[in-house]
Amino acid sequence: MEAVRVVRATSVSRGFAVSAIIALAVLVSLPWWSDAGTTRLIAEMGYYLALAQLWNLLAGYAGLVSVGQQAYVGLGAYALFYLTGSWDVNVFAALPVAGLFAGLLSIPVSFAVFRLRGAYFAVGTWVVSEVFALVASLIPVLGGGSGLSLTPDIMRQIAADRAGRDTILYLMSLGVAALVFGIVYLLLRSRHGLALTAIRDSEPASASLGVNTFRTKFIVYIVTAACTGLIGSLIFLQKLRLSPEAGFSINDWTVVVIFMVVIGGIGTLEGPFIGMLLFILLREQLADYGSYYLILMGVLAIATMLKAPTGIWGWIAHRYDLQLFPVGRRLVLARSADALIGQVGWPQSFEVLQHRLAQKFRKLREIAVAMIGGDRGRK
Amino acid sequence: MSLLQTNNLSAFYGDFQALFDINVTVEQGETVAIIGANGAGKTTFLRSVAGVLHTVPEAVAFDDQPIGGKTPHEIVQLGIAMVPEGRRLFPSLSVEENLLLGTHSERSGPWNLNRVYELFPRIRDLRHLPAPSLSGGQQQMAAIGRALMSNPRLLLCDELSLGLAPVVIRDIYDCLKLIAAEGTTVVLVEQDINRALDASARFYCFQEGRMALNAPTKDFDRATITAAYFGM
Amino acid sequence: MEWFNVLIQGSLLGGIYALFAIGLSMSFGIMRLVNIAHGDLIVLSAYAALVITDSTGVDPFSSLVIVVPVMFAVGYALQRGLLNFTLSGGLLPPLLVTFGISVIIQNGLLQIFGAYDHRLQGGAVETAALHFPAGISIGVYPLMVFAVAAVAIGCLQLLFYRTRIGRAFRAVSDDADTAELMGIDNLKLYALALGIAMIFTAIAGVLFAIRTIFDPAAGPIRLILAFEAVIIGGLGSMWGTLIGGMVLGIAQSLGAALNPTWQILAGHVAFLIILIIRPSGLFPRTRD
Repeated sequence: MEAVRVVRATSVSRGFAVSAIIALAVLVSLPWWSDAGTTRLIAEMGYYLALAQLWNLLAGYAGLVSVGQQAYVGLGAYALFYLTGSWDVNVFAALPVAGLFAGLLSIPVSFAVFRLRGAYFAVGTWVVSEVFALVASLIPVLGGGSGLSLTPDIMRQIAADRAGRDTILYLMSLGVAALVFGIVYLLLRSRHGLALTAIRDSEPASASLGVNTFRTKFIVYIVTAACTGLIGSLIFLQKLRLSPEAGFSINDWTVVVIFMVVIGGIGTLEGPFIGMLLFILLREQLADYGSYYLILMGVLAIATMLKAPTGIWGWIAHRYDLQLFPVGRRLVLARSADALIGQVGWPQSFEVLQHRLAQKFRKLREIAVAMIGGDRGRK
Repeated sequence: MSLLQTNNLSAFYGDFQALFDINVTVEQGETVAIIGANGAGKTTFLRSVAGVLHTVPEAVAFDDQPIGGKTPHEIVQLGIAMVPEGRRLFPSLSVEENLLLGTHSERSGPWNLNRVYELFPRIRDLRHLPAPSLSGGQQQMAAIGRALMSNPRLLLCDELSLGLAPVVIRDIYDCLKLIAAEGTTVVLVEQDINRALDASARFYCFQEGRMALNAPTKDFDRATITAAYFGM
Repeated sequence: MEWFNVLIQGSLLGGIYALFAIGLSMSFGIMRLVNIAHGDLIVLSAYAALVITDSTGVDPFSSLVIVVPVMFAVGYALQRGLLNFTLSGGLLPPLLVTFGISVIIQNGLLQIFGAYDHRLQGGAVETAALHFPAGISIGVYPLMVFAVAAVAIGCLQLLFYRTRIGRAFRAVSDDADTAELMGIDNLKLYALALGIAMIFTAIAGVLFAIRTIFDPAAGPIRLILAFEAVIIGGLGSMWGTLIGGMVLGIAQSLGAALNPTWQILAGHVAFLIILIIRPSGLFPRTRD
């Protein structure tokens, strides 16, 4: 049986890729034609998006619902501040080291928390984060309870003047967001991504098929931790001040991230984008009403979980059968398409034909399979 | 008016259809057997009647009332009780506590703790032991007793003989005859064809979710039944 | 003898931690639901008592007369109206919904009461102490709280093992599907379970708020302490949770004796150590 092709992209996703590249180009040029407030906001959106993609990878794909990722935000930030402050390491060198540091520490952490499952795993990761926060507040060289600050000398390593610094920090934020997204996307497109989806759907089943579930989850956890650490260091590089409460804040780095992913659409690549945009929109619009926007997001998250568990994007994707970032695989039965073209007319592409047939003419597909498979099929 | 009647009962596990338009009638006081190979849909049928699987209201009628779609505990309240496949006694509870749990629906009738112990004297001495410490046969008796404690009008028995020695199976089926003699209507699902046909007046044979055969037991010879069982 | 006092103090701390943990333990044992909002519900009870004591002038202990039924109703309604719908979707819905509830409670309290610290006034009993020879002294209040915890657990054990409803709880905890087949209305039972759990949560909330300063954000640490007590003691055993609380309390007291700022951290470390060397806890009973 020939002519079974594995196809990744759809015409929709290709179209989207083009517009995404254009949008990215516009974003990169932003510092040169927009004001500091906007670039700062977009940088913040970049960080949140990256954090959301990472949490989504952990929870939505690897099934590791962690409520303690803020641990790595804080670890990365503290590593950066300590290296640049006490050891005079150059900022640009310290950043990746900070990420690595967070990744390394996630290894012993995983030994403890991987003993727990499900919701207990979640609370366990939270405890670990609290431990790091407490330890940081007790170590004098880390500034104790009041924390650390970045000196002007350190900031000058980035750029001589304020505007230059803002631009570089902004571009780094975009870069990290793109990098993290790229890592997550490529991972999910790969064999490992397939393994992750299998694990998410059924761990025992995938284990019985030979997927090394422990190792896969372990690797995802460490990579996520390292990336989260890198983002954390960048966030606080912009903030200039770090305290245990801020660095390890569950509210700032985990609560909102979880809401973004859940409302946007957990287990999808597109979801975190939507969730992040919604969150920023709500926060800016409801800024005068204190923490009501958080209450609103809590209500939205609950409603989403109960009524539309796949989130906003999940609903859209299901309704219109869309996938903007193609991570799936579609099988195209070329021979069947050939045989049926005569009946339905010449299609734009085999992919579209297969897609439409599968959607609406399930019987036709059975006939096609029967024709290829011969009399091996059912009666 | 039959006690139980299913009308074009279909059942699904997600997208997978396990039962196709099943029509079964059980009269008051009858013992009806449902036989068939693994995966034929026998347990699915019982679960549909018991309310575990969702069905449309008209698909199952009890005493001429549509009960499809009701929750399992509502159905117990109406007078249908199940002896689940694999016994499923509650491990944290003692034997007696398991039996007492059967009274949760507080239906009245001839069955109470003493009568159950009379029927199954062997478990009376074991009644304060934790349920898992009983042998398979004793657990089966306790499971039947637990179902009886709700004073059901219809008793659904799922694979009573599973994993039990022939001697034990015989004892249990003897007790089942006594239960039926009290007037309880019984639907029993069995893989052991001989036992099933021995205990019942009528039988249905399921095959891949469909009804392959239904008839009074004494009218049919084993060859025809075997052919229906395996779908030949 | 100072070390002996430390040990006693730590053990008695186990009382309040066990009281924190009862609700969480019941939730997980019966509904298989880890309630992330549990700590916030403890704090909510404290605020409820605050409102009552401020407006009527009664002491916090008397306010329990109102707080307990109110929290029972809150728990019942929460389970019946919201949490029951999360039970069939797998791991994520209960976790995320209770997480959402946690955020809503915290921020709601923040909006209503502000970020200020509060403490309930318990009167003379707060500082009273029993003095024994050899320099041993035991705080009356911690002793009282420990006694309340022990009585609470005793009552729960009576409920579970000597009543019809307790039998139903144990059956549902064992095998929810078969329990339904026996005529038990699972959803109503879950609501009742959370309601009962909230009774103990309310008591815990009031008792802790007399001794400890609280604010709207005080929930998460209570959840963590409850969680640690349950895990150390082992899932599924109420008395084990009391022991777990005592171990946690002793670890904290030892840490505090070395350096007061190490108290909470010492508890976390003990928890992590036990998690690594004996993950099922000291007296595990539940099969998952």
